[in-house]
Amino acid sequence: MCLGIPAQLVGVVEPGVATAEVSGVRRRVSTALVPEAKVGDWVLVHVGFALHTIDEDEAARTLALLEQIEW
Amino acid sequence: MKFVDEFRDPALARRLAREIATLVRAGEPVRIMEVCGGHTHAIAKHGLEDLLPPEVEYLHGPGCPVCVIPRSRVDDAISLAERPEVTLATFGDLLRVPGGRGTLLEAKARGADVRMVYSPLDALALAQAEPEREVVFFAIGFETTAPATAVTLLRAREAATPNFAVFCNHVAIIPPLQAILATPGVRIDAFIAPGHVSTVIGTEPYRFIAEEHGKQVVVAAFEPLDLLHATAMILRQRAEGRCEVENQYTRVVRREGNPRALAAIAETMELRETFEWRGLGFIPRSAHRLRPEFARWDAEARFELPHAPASDPKACQCGQVLVGAIKPFECKVFGTACTPERPLGTCMVSAEGACAAYYSYGRRAA
Amino acid sequence: MAVALREEVVTLAHGAGGTSTRRLVEGLFVEELANPLLAALGDAAVGDGLAFTTDSFVVKPLFFPGGDIGELAVNGTVNDLAVAGAEPRWLSAGFVIEEGFAVSDLRRIARSMARAADRAGVLVVAGDTKVVERGSADGLFVTTAGVGRMRTSFGAPQAGDRVLVSGTVGDHGFAVLVARGELRLETALESDTAPLHELAAALGQLGPALRFMRDPTRGGLATTLNELARSTALGVRLDEAAIPVRPEVAGAAEILGIDPLDVANEGKLVAVVAAEAADDALAALSGHELGRDAAIVGELTADRPGLVLLDTAFGGSRIVDMLVGDPLPRIC
Repeated sequence: MCLGIPAQLVGVVEPGVATAEVSGVRRRVSTALVPEAKVGDWVLVHVGFALHTIDEDEAARTLALLEQIEW
Repeated sequence: MKFVDEFRDPALARRLAREIATLVRAGEPVRIMEVCGGHTHAIAKHGLEDLLPPEVEYLHGPGCPVCVIPRSRVDDAISLAERPEVTLATFGDLLRVPGGRGTLLEAKARGADVRMVYSPLDALALAQAEPEREVVFFAIGFETTAPATAVTLLRAREAATPNFAVFCNHVAIIPPLQAILATPGVRIDAFIAPGHVSTVIGTEPYRFIAEEHGKQVVVAAFEPLDLLHATAMILRQRAEGRCEVENQYTRVVRREGNPRALAAIAETMELRETFEWRGLGFIPRSAHRLRPEFARWDAEARFELPHAPASDPKACQCGQVLVGAIKPFECKVFGTACTPERPLGTCMVSAEGACAAYYSYGRRAA
Repeated sequence: MAVALREEVVTLAHGAGGTSTRRLVEGLFVEELANPLLAALGDAAVGDGLAFTTDSFVVKPLFFPGGDIGELAVNGTVNDLAVAGAEPRWLSAGFVIEEGFAVSDLRRIARSMARAADRAGVLVVAGDTKVVERGSADGLFVTTAGVGRMRTSFGAPQAGDRVLVSGTVGDHGFAVLVARGELRLETALESDTAPLHELAAALGQLGPALRFMRDPTRGGLATTLNELARSTALGVRLDEAAIPVRPEVAGAAEILGIDPLDVANEGKLVAVVAAEAADDALAALSGHELGRDAAIVGELTADRPGLVLLDTAFGGSRIVDMLVGDPLPRIC
């Protein structure tokens, strides 16, 4: 249930279907579950579906948090 | 790879490991159950336990949808595949899962039309491309994958595709967690909650674990840093006397989950009264079947299935592994009668299964 | 070390190159055909100053980015001879053709083979053709056998020796998997099929400092290194960060949940050399166009004999096991 990969939407194939790319590999994905996602957005892809958008600011915030940890 | 490489930075990992070491009280073990095959896999693959003090122990729960499929359901799939008119479309994970009558791969060797797909939409496309075949999609997965099947069903209905059906084995994550917490003798101190299931269901459903059972919960992403971060968050809660549900996977998981995905599931599926889980027995309202309006695309309505009970081999201890009662290498047949090549139980056959992860990545003893 | 074959029916897993294949080969063929040259189970049989080998090619699709079955068939056998330490000389080619196969495709494949043979400096001197009924052969099966003159001798592997690869791993397997189309991925990935005779000859110059060479085809680097660990009764320790992997292979690996270490290579070699010769070996490889991405990826160890261990970037470690059946994409 877990293989969800961050991929970037790089094009629209038809309404509800976009091309997602990770590391130069592309696949068409259904955007039915994330209709608000636009080309250029990052999404989590699972079994041919974009399951959710990825919030880049939150990602940066998480990393910053990790970097701040004092020991 | 973006959103992946940054969360695999080894220097940050070492710092997190040191932070964790300060949060642990020497000699006081903390048993953290993660319930997602992806987490089990990541912990084993990156050797995370090597970095942590011995007090931190990871237990592995039943979050591998392949692992919890009972043998009788696999046999039902095999009987479908053996019908000459049926093409059984399935994820790669399921090809080597043993039922009472062998595996789908073996059925394929005997002539059954079994085809691997990456997405349920590919199975629907197959049906549309080959109208003379009855394409049945072997649907498995928790709430992460159910929305994909749901949307595929909606598309099948829109296109009125007559030769497509779903053999639905989707399961829900909360009921087995409740079952585990109710199991006497199981000692768990905290939970790392599944990241991608939570993308769909949000974080609220886990509140009962903290509020009624007094155990910390952190929803975690899948990269090694995420898991270390989540572990640190659990330990910090305990050190500060808190008991809450926290979200480490903030870049994707929202409190409310994905309402559209939940709506798609609700529109196409309903909960079964009960469902058999490998190793956990029957759990009420823990799995989905298709709604009556979708009977035309329901393999269980369209085809006669044997539903023959097939009990696990006596030696199989998958049930105890799945609730974290024993570690994989504590199972009497681990690595001997049960290996990834000739698995007795599903914990070994699925790459996500705790036993397969432990075996393949070398954790063969304490 | 007889291995028992318990299955009653042959399945695809038996052809994947990992433990199931080993059981079939050792538990059936070696057992029945028993002789010391075969039992050595090297990539080629060596004796009387000659090396001799054979390989069958059943790839689907027949034409894929970076090559076709013909090129694969020539390079595959050339490479088995080259890594055995021989100068490849003559090849034979057997064709089992399905009724209805397009002659133009057959000609295209024959031309590929001619070009590949030329590039490898070998002649295809004998062959056979059979046609079978529609449905029996997946289009075309090709079997090549090859003979070469031994020119390199190998020193004995020992703890402390270094393990090198001549370039990026997983290219061929992923390119073909994607080309099959079931997964509907688009990539620019190409098979790395290439003749390794020149790289092998360059390493041969190292004398007894060269301990071992193999081309990691079916079953990938993981299977080859496990075979090495088993045959030397030493351990192999790999440095994850040092293994060269193309970004697209890494991407496909993430999407599909398949490890590049388990996936076939058709134009790469693995070599084991004495520690003091490692830098020279690396220079010899990276000076050649086929070895540009060569790297030292690990070493042989005295402890944990028979096992392949991978040091992860975190200072954790895990065992790299031999492939069981076909590497299958997973959702989970």
